[in-house]
Amino acid sequence: MSALEPTKLDQPRPSRDWSAADTGTAKSVAAALRRADLGDRLRSLALAAPLLVLLALSFGIPIVLLLSRAVYDPTIANALPQTSQALRGWNGTGLPDDAAFLALAADLRSNQAKGTAYELAKSLNARLPGARSQMLKTVRQLEAADRPPLEVMKAVPFWSAPGTWPVIESGTHSVTSFYLLSALDLRWNADGGIERVPPEQAIFVQVFMRTFFVAAAVMLATLVLGFPLAYLIASVPKGLAAVLIVAVLLPFWTSILVRTAAWTVLLQKFGLVNDLLLWLGAADDRLDLMYSRIGLIIAMTHIQLPFTLLPIYSVMRTIQPSQMKAAYSLGAKPFTAFRRVYLPQVFPGVMAGCLLTFILCLGYYITPALIGGASDQLISNFIASYVNVELNWEMAAALSFILLVFTLALFGIFARILGLDRLKLV
Amino acid sequence: MKITKARLFAFAAATAFITMGNAAFADELSIMASGGAWQDAQRKAWFEPFSKETGIKIVEQEYLGDLGKVKAMVDTGNVPIDLVTVETATVLQGCDAGILERLDYSKIAPREKFIEGSALDCGVGLDAYGDILAYDPNVLKGAPTSVLDIFDTTKFPGKRAMRKFPAQNLEWALMADGVAPADVYEVLATPEGVDRAFKKLDTIKKDIVWWDAGAQPPQLLASKEVVMTTAWNGRIQNAIDKDGAPFKIVWNNQILEYDMIAIPKGAKSPDLAYKYLAYISQPEINARLASYITYGPVRIDAASFVAPDALPKLPNAPDHLTAYLVADTEFWGDYGEDLVKRFNAWLAQ
Repeated sequence: MSALEPTKLDQPRPSRDWSAADTGTAKSVAAALRRADLGDRLRSLALAAPLLVLLALSFGIPIVLLLSRAVYDPTIANALPQTSQALRGWNGTGLPDDAAFLALAADLRSNQAKGTAYELAKSLNARLPGARSQMLKTVRQLEAADRPPLEVMKAVPFWSAPGTWPVIESGTHSVTSFYLLSALDLRWNADGGIERVPPEQAIFVQVFMRTFFVAAAVMLATLVLGFPLAYLIASVPKGLAAVLIVAVLLPFWTSILVRTAAWTVLLQKFGLVNDLLLWLGAADDRLDLMYSRIGLIIAMTHIQLPFTLLPIYSVMRTIQPSQMKAAYSLGAKPFTAFRRVYLPQVFPGVMAGCLLTFILCLGYYITPALIGGASDQLISNFIASYVNVELNWEMAAALSFILLVFTLALFGIFARILGLDRLKLV
Repeated sequence: MKITKARLFAFAAATAFITMGNAAFADELSIMASGGAWQDAQRKAWFEPFSKETGIKIVEQEYLGDLGKVKAMVDTGNVPIDLVTVETATVLQGCDAGILERLDYSKIAPREKFIEGSALDCGVGLDAYGDILAYDPNVLKGAPTSVLDIFDTTKFPGKRAMRKFPAQNLEWALMADGVAPADVYEVLATPEGVDRAFKKLDTIKKDIVWWDAGAQPPQLLASKEVVMTTAWNGRIQNAIDKDGAPFKIVWNNQILEYDMIAIPKGAKSPDLAYKYLAYISQPEINARLASYITYGPVRIDAASFVAPDALPKLPNAPDHLTAYLVADTEFWGDYGEDLVKRFNAWLAQ
């Protein structure tokens, strides 16, 4: 099956394991070669060292630090040292004893004195909505000092409500699974098990599914459009091919924001696309293309097309037309020749293009924000909102972490199916 | 290349010029505002006269109003701005997170001279704006008389636009469902109240187009994408006055809010910042903004300084205060994050 032979580049390195008769010499030669090989590797590693250090400092470490926020949030633990101590013996059900109330009162007052009360209130509020004003109200009453602290604490119903103390207790542990669980619409229940959050609060699983669906749809659309176009470019004369390539690349050189804005002009209710559809009689009424899933997929497909097309084209260009002719001359019908000679060789390029587009689509932010409707926002839009608007970087880190894990898993599956060395990215 | 005398002279002259330039503007105040027609108005009303009077140069920056950017500056200890404009709900958040300076009102103006709720610990009010309803009478049949008419799809069929944010929409939903304005925040603080508000929003959900940026509502009306939209009054008035758009504003049941300005922690010239805050907080100067964009002053005693032709267009003009609600900052500080999450989950359903 000559057609299925790997191409030249894919062939394994020449083996150094001579199975000669003189095994003794061969072994020492092999050992010497290995030593030389190791030296080479170390030298090339030394050359790459500045790059690796730069990558680690500017890319690796910041990402790790940011992602660590998903599981490490010491604000509450640092702010409530006495309460942490007092809650050691608490069994987690009902209310803790009066000592815990007193410890909390003392912690709240010391936070007020240090000026960290508001930070603590915000952190508690992220886990327990409404805690902010209750805590600040309590602090003000404790400051007034006209009643004993225990009486003040007991007089605010919030501190005796069933949900309050478990949250404070979980906050006193710096390492927390709260944010990661929230990112998957899960939470701890009262019995210490994990349960789903009520449906009106569940959101992220749905958004992750939506993100993967949109990415897959765009990937398929770019493949269906890009494959024949890449074939055309690969088979026309050089001059024409250059013109076509420029036509593909021209939008690629334009800012993504500009292209997205251009699509909003085209897709809007009284825009060109709707005008054209009405004029052709293809639609009876103006369609809602803006703020819809279909509009989003159209715009993303346009932006992603070069990413899918170029790897496919770069592989197609290397395939000699004579191979197809040889297949015909051996009696293959056109479709059989295409399926058994052409397709297997293009396959790595197709996979690389699809993988590139799929992974880039997982991170789309600006296009869904501008063209998508409220129910077309992808996970990046939520991460951005937690970073910029909510200032809840822990939640943003948790969502990023889950997205990263999914993306790496997906990449792993691709690599396993195909083998990393066969992926032809350019 | 030979260094000629002429070149050397040119170089020396250029250097001297740059140095002189720096010396002339030794005092620089960097202000980050949220751009658009609003920042243009501030430039004409406040930045330029302030520079002329004091010799302090104002360096402008723009941002989207997202506090994350300021937090990143404060966290890394590199704060290139001295003042930043923010929304009321954001002031509270920034204050709690420790990224905005607590203001010393003795350096600005007496706190009791401001409209209630417009002089906060970490932010001082710049202007008052209204969340209102706007429509194009050429497109919409009939004339809505209250913002709450946005919930009436039988009388006013067609797409309507609302801000993609729970604040204001939940308040309007409760009022449309019969809750008295005075009780809105009390009801909204209970889980049943939240359910009730979302149930009301459910009734028009399929007809809503959502907007994010303040510039979108006039565009949505102009492109006839929607028949009516909620909006910030200044953006609509701007489209009417500057672009001759035929839009109409409905003031009844508007929600009144304040634009704020704050000093980020670690700002390099807090003294100049206070100087600017004191300048714009004088009643006659606070009133000046209204001549450039239709947002009202926040000083109680500024009303008499407002230009007579601007007054009837302001959200806090007496005619517009028959039925209105003042946004409750404390409430949104408490429940904002939770309600945003619930709102997003609701949107996605």
